[in-house]
Amino acid sequence: MGGSYGSTLRYKSVQRLKPIGKHTLLGAGGEISDFQEIVRYLDELILYDNMWDDGNSLGPKEVHNYLNRLMYNRRNKFNPLWNTLVLGGVKNGQKYLGTVNMIGVHYEENHVATGFGNHLARPIFRDEWHEDMTFEEGVKLLEKCMLVLLYRDRSAVNKLQIAKITEEGATISEPYAIKTHWELEAFKNPATGAVGSW
Amino acid sequence: MANTAIELPPKGGFSFDLCRRNEMLAKKGVQSPSFRKTGTTIVGLVFQDGVILGADTRATEGPIVCDKNCEKIHYMAPNIYCCGAGTAADTEAVTDMVSSQLELHRYATGRESRVVTALTLLKSHLYSYQGHVSAALVLGGVDCTGPHLHTIYPHGSTDTLPFATMGSGSLAAMAMFESRYREGMTREEGIKLVCQAICSGIFNDLGSGSNVDVCVITKGQKEYLRNYELPNPRTYVSSKGYSFAKGHTEVLSTKITPLKEHVKIIEGDAMEE
Repeated sequence: MGGSYGSTLRYKSVQRLKPIGKHTLLGAGGEISDFQEIVRYLDELILYDNMWDDGNSLGPKEVHNYLNRLMYNRRNKFNPLWNTLVLGGVKNGQKYLGTVNMIGVHYEENHVATGFGNHLARPIFRDEWHEDMTFEEGVKLLEKCMLVLLYRDRSAVNKLQIAKITEEGATISEPYAIKTHWELEAFKNPATGAVGSW
Repeated sequence: MANTAIELPPKGGFSFDLCRRNEMLAKKGVQSPSFRKTGTTIVGLVFQDGVILGADTRATEGPIVCDKNCEKIHYMAPNIYCCGAGTAADTEAVTDMVSSQLELHRYATGRESRVVTALTLLKSHLYSYQGHVSAALVLGGVDCTGPHLHTIYPHGSTDTLPFATMGSGSLAAMAMFESRYREGMTREEGIKLVCQAICSGIFNDLGSGSNVDVCVITKGQKEYLRNYELPNPRTYVSSKGYSFAKGHTEVLSTKITPLKEHVKIIEGDAMEE
């Protein structure tokens, strides 16, 4: 939930997960103002779709394609929207999770991450993700990764939200903190062996 | 005529005389040769009886893998081992040098080497070279004061930690450690976690690969398990390997040239052995 300004943790309550239409959830890393622009574009897209009033609504695949075109075109004009977007949704029983990047790289995967998550969380996902996890197992896995990121990413804050999207709709939880463990014996007096060093 | 310049004796350390020339050449488009780096994932952790070190075995030269099965866990003393990441020449030279210094010290003192001795020798050497000796090390060992694990950075700073990772695959390995490390693990649990961390580096980092080396150091005993795990075996299509029997390849034409006619024997002595 943190919004940094260079090395300052300027905003501590930035919501970076937004529901789009009935079937999709969008999350972003990178430049927050560009994310707000993207949300504005998508609001317009959903509005026009609703105005058709034809009973059909844009699903995650369609939104993903739109975002991909948007990001790639901006990149071609040398004016990118500096974000890594994570898009998830369910439509007609079909689950979808994909990502679009500021240069237009896009793909569908069972687990995606932005920023440092690519280096720290992806290895854990690749090892521990499996088909047909329950919601609780999924949240537990995500919290495990967020804990590692909290320990090892300097721009992380201990305030996170879990968003869930199912056929019924999207729910975004209230912000909460995860428990960190600092009671290791070795941390109590680390340099006893090497006096004068760290 | 008199000599204008006095020959100064060479001072120790790096000579930066050619830097200007190299910059000029680089501007003109000459590519400098790439050096062999150990892309790498190296890890260490402290368990209940001592220290376990782990490393992958891939050495890279730019984008190419130049050694598929190199040894990154270097011997320092009978009770101290050191994993090295960074430029391969630097890690080997620095660990060899400190290893011989430790041996001389052992003869002088008559005692088992301590990990802090190796730590201080390494860090003061690396600091004096201001980071130009590109060696990032994970030093572990057990001495009379107990088990110790340290990381040493190329500029000479050190950390004393219960678990540590270095190298390009350090984030992938650290993700495994941070989520699974507990204090007071047994030997089996420790080795398993070290393997998981190295495998995480091998499969998620492009600079690391091939096999897993493990080194377990306990009081009075060390076990160097070279190629403890081989998660990337060569899988041949045929279990017997390849065989090219006669008749597999179509022969288009045959020309036999007997060499005896062309070799003339001139008077002379036979070649000496």
